[in-house]
Amino acid sequence: MGRGEKRLWLALLGLLLAAPLYLSAYHLSLLGRFLALGLAALGIALIWGQGGMLSLGQGVFFGLGGYALAMHLKLVALKPGELPDFMEWTGLASLPWWWAPFRSGVFALGAVLAVPTLAAGVLGRLVFPKRVGGVYFALLTQALALAFSTFLISQQAYTGGFNGLTNFVSVFGLSVQSGGFQLGLYWASLLFLVGCLALARWLLARPFGRILQAIGVSENRLRFLGYDPARYKLVAFALAGGMAGIGGALFTLHAGVISPAMVGVVPSIEMVVWAAVGGRESLIGAVIGALLVNFCKDWISSLFPDLWLYAMGSLFIVVVTVLPRGLAGLSLKPAALASLLARLRRDSAKATAPAAEGRCEPTRAA
Amino acid sequence: MDYQLIAGQLFNAASVASILFLVAVGLSLSFGIMGVINMAHGEILMLGGYMAYLTFHAVGGVPGVLLALAAAFCAAALLGLLLELSLIRRLAARPLDTLLATWGLGLILQQVARSLFGPIGVEVVAPGWLGGTLDLTGRLLAGVSLAHVRLFILALAALVLGGIGVFLAWTPTGLLVRAVNQDRETAQTLGVDARRIDRLVFALGTGVAGLGGAAVALIAPVTPTVGQSYIVYAFMVVILGGLGSLLGTTVAALLVGLFSAGAQIFTSVSTADVLLLVFVIGFIQFRPRGIVWRRSRALED
Amino acid sequence: MQLNGNGLPLGRRQLGRRGPWLLAAALAAIIASPPQRASAADQTVKVGVLHSLSGTMAISEVMVKNATLLAIDEINASGGVLGRKVAPVIEDGASDPAIFAQKAQKLVQDDKVVTIFGGWTSASRKAMLPVVERFHTLLWYPVQFEGNECSPDIMYSGAQPNQQILPALRWAFERGYKRIFLLGSDYVFPRTANLILKKYIQHDGGIVAGEEYVPLGGTDFSSVVNKIRAAKPQVVFNTLNGDSNVSFFKQVSAAGLPPSKLPVMSFSIAEPEAKAIGANLIAGSYAAWNYFQSLDTPANRRFVKAYQERFGAQDAVDDPMVHGYVDVIEWKEAVEKAQSLDPKKVRRAAVRLAWWKASPMGEVRFARNQSLYQTAYVGELEPDGSFKIIWSSKEPIRPEPYDGLVFPGRTCNPS
Repeated sequence: MGRGEKRLWLALLGLLLAAPLYLSAYHLSLLGRFLALGLAALGIALIWGQGGMLSLGQGVFFGLGGYALAMHLKLVALKPGELPDFMEWTGLASLPWWWAPFRSGVFALGAVLAVPTLAAGVLGRLVFPKRVGGVYFALLTQALALAFSTFLISQQAYTGGFNGLTNFVSVFGLSVQSGGFQLGLYWASLLFLVGCLALARWLLARPFGRILQAIGVSENRLRFLGYDPARYKLVAFALAGGMAGIGGALFTLHAGVISPAMVGVVPSIEMVVWAAVGGRESLIGAVIGALLVNFCKDWISSLFPDLWLYAMGSLFIVVVTVLPRGLAGLSLKPAALASLLARLRRDSAKATAPAAEGRCEPTRAA
Repeated sequence: MDYQLIAGQLFNAASVASILFLVAVGLSLSFGIMGVINMAHGEILMLGGYMAYLTFHAVGGVPGVLLALAAAFCAAALLGLLLELSLIRRLAARPLDTLLATWGLGLILQQVARSLFGPIGVEVVAPGWLGGTLDLTGRLLAGVSLAHVRLFILALAALVLGGIGVFLAWTPTGLLVRAVNQDRETAQTLGVDARRIDRLVFALGTGVAGLGGAAVALIAPVTPTVGQSYIVYAFMVVILGGLGSLLGTTVAALLVGLFSAGAQIFTSVSTADVLLLVFVIGFIQFRPRGIVWRRSRALED
Repeated sequence: MQLNGNGLPLGRRQLGRRGPWLLAAALAAIIASPPQRASAADQTVKVGVLHSLSGTMAISEVMVKNATLLAIDEINASGGVLGRKVAPVIEDGASDPAIFAQKAQKLVQDDKVVTIFGGWTSASRKAMLPVVERFHTLLWYPVQFEGNECSPDIMYSGAQPNQQILPALRWAFERGYKRIFLLGSDYVFPRTANLILKKYIQHDGGIVAGEEYVPLGGTDFSSVVNKIRAAKPQVVFNTLNGDSNVSFFKQVSAAGLPPSKLPVMSFSIAEPEAKAIGANLIAGSYAAWNYFQSLDTPANRRFVKAYQERFGAQDAVDDPMVHGYVDVIEWKEAVEKAQSLDPKKVRRAAVRLAWWKASPMGEVRFARNQSLYQTAYVGELEPDGSFKIIWSSKEPIRPEPYDGLVFPGRTCNPS
């Protein structure tokens, strides 16, 4: 990062820090909400942009974080002996044992961090050593997103079902209705985002980051050098899951609701497009992509609800065909444009031997 | 346990498997040859369904059914060919980007269908002879009744399976397809036009998905999102079956059908769905490359 | 050139030359200049209309939005409310609970609406509830639901369970149907409705022949049909949603059990759905609602005519649409009674309004628990797609948010 760039990002950070001064209450809450979503996009940039693992199931980890916090928020609003409303009217007589510990705020906060991270870790432990990667991994994670949302809906007595968990009263003693809470939530979102961004940057600058990038380039070559890619992939994937989980918990606070509609197949793949728009290889790019796409969605879907799906679909196609590096990779110099066009032509030409990339032999890629 | 219930579920397993086979076989064959997955495959199924709907409106009776199947196949194959030439080819070196681009295309196709046919599903009125049931007799099976329309779809799937099998095993073009599937570079060195094979297989696969759409239209409404309800299960069949194997796809479709129909004897549809997906993830533990896979020294990416 | 795993050329710099600047500019543009609406200091009364205009629920909710706008137009044509014109601010909930919450917040904070008409799914209502409670805005919710909710800031005009589901059960028992199979989509309304139904079926000497749920939008009913066949019920109580109904009726008919052999009582099939499913497929099946388009009263004929003149002569009118319409008219009456737009005063006036004798759905009035007194009807679907009303509760039923048998001791007294 050059000095000019560094100044630029600091100025932007200043702009975000000062946002409560010049944004209306509603737009500030919108910005905070999208910053929380940016955490999920950040995780995707880490595993997909760097490590080459495309996960279409980040909504699962997003949801785990959100639900972990929401369970606590449901429980603190109760008097002793009471049950959450949805349990009562689905016929449960007592609190399930695995709900009980969430009464403790510390436990719930721990769960927000630990559950998504562990879940991602376990999945990674299952698939990466078996060398399940690429398209297989993408499809499996998508199936996982579908299974998770179906599961949440079907276990209504324990999860709130299709309605999800909502109607929170207070968070750690602060009433969610107060203006102070809304402001604090914005700061918390910004803080977590900047923190995770810093952590990711730090990691990438270390040998771990180099190896992760090497995995993204050619896993087999790394294997020949004596590394075990599965371990590095697992750590990165767990980390991305954890980030999605934090994002989910913050989003739950912003939206006041977490439901299966936010964890399924479609929201999961939308998270990928945020990262793709901003630039999958750039961590900050992915975050900004999340902000951009969501503000556009808010704006377009208000004015032309029918248009949004067309816009979203075109965004997918245009970004991956013409702008695979997203906005972050965009360069406005004529020479760069020319090289972009040349690359497009080459892509078409290369398609005469598409298997080349599909079966990446160690000697190829020159 | 009730024999009738179990016999009925066995039939349902075969019925579900036949539909999944029609959806998945195209995905699997192109995946084997090109290494890409077409996420808009579900929308191709949708196109087949709408074609069947339009044809049934114009023509009835037996010619109506045959015409509907033909129209669904041709329209789907044509769209597949266009898709291959415009998008897939351009991205062939980047399988993950192909996933995303075709997903975007799927969104657009859904919205187009919504604008053309409205968001409510349209209904295909099947001819009367498809509406009846075949009631079994016999000691254990008395009371089991098999819907004609499901038998029809089973027969269609069997026909497609046989047709593709014969095509791959005994025709000269089929030989080339197998060659490209087994070793693309060597085949190309020997003068096979792999690009032509890509196009052919892709169009064939999407055409069969169109047939699947026409078949689905006989038992469910055709909606802009009809593809979405089958596609993830079709992906599971592809993963279970193994790279581009016809046999693997068939076995995997049967396995998925049996698993879900069997689980539904004991549990709800939702739980059966969840169990199925967990089962697939578990299965990958033991056979990461699917049921049928080719031994090879090449490193898979 | 080296390629990375994404098939992109490798480079030391992962960012393009102008990339950072572009990103920064985009970010700055977003956070420094959010789209501001001109806050016109005009004399209109702004009300929010928040329904899904896109996504899976759009098909149903767009029509409720239309009926809401029709009512607003009629009010404006007759001089507005408190002498001011009513200006609707329409927002799209996109069939996503989080978006409903977000847009409700926008309507209140940004557009400064005095009340909101909207919602369809319980998920959307549950998501809007904390927002309207936080800002003490009044939400008017027009769809039948599972009850068990009592917010002072929501007016529930849609049927409570005791106004739709339980009357249908009474009808079934009167017909002699005692063996009942419960089938629903897997979400909150069917599960809760069936919980209540099961208690009453057992309490009143009936038999629950089976209970099945299918994921929302599910199309494969082969196993369900098989189980129904094995359970041999006299009637199926169907709370399936949307397109699943088409699949179910097609597959149950193909298996040799058309509605003429196996009666089905549906709770989510109204005129538009019947038209879409194809009346020939489900003719002879039943539905329970608090309104049918075929209701033969002058008020209803006038309402249907007004709607079809404005939105299309072929358009069917259904229960939630009429509730959407009734909500707006009752809001206006309450505002005029209270002589104020203040939500608290309005809702207190609303429960003190006199009976509206000639509403399109018959006699209605808001009870003290902020739900609507309304009459229950059972209709039989005719081959032409209309419902013939074959049974009614005779008089408006008092709404019970908490069912006395299933949830004893819970009451709803918002003040």
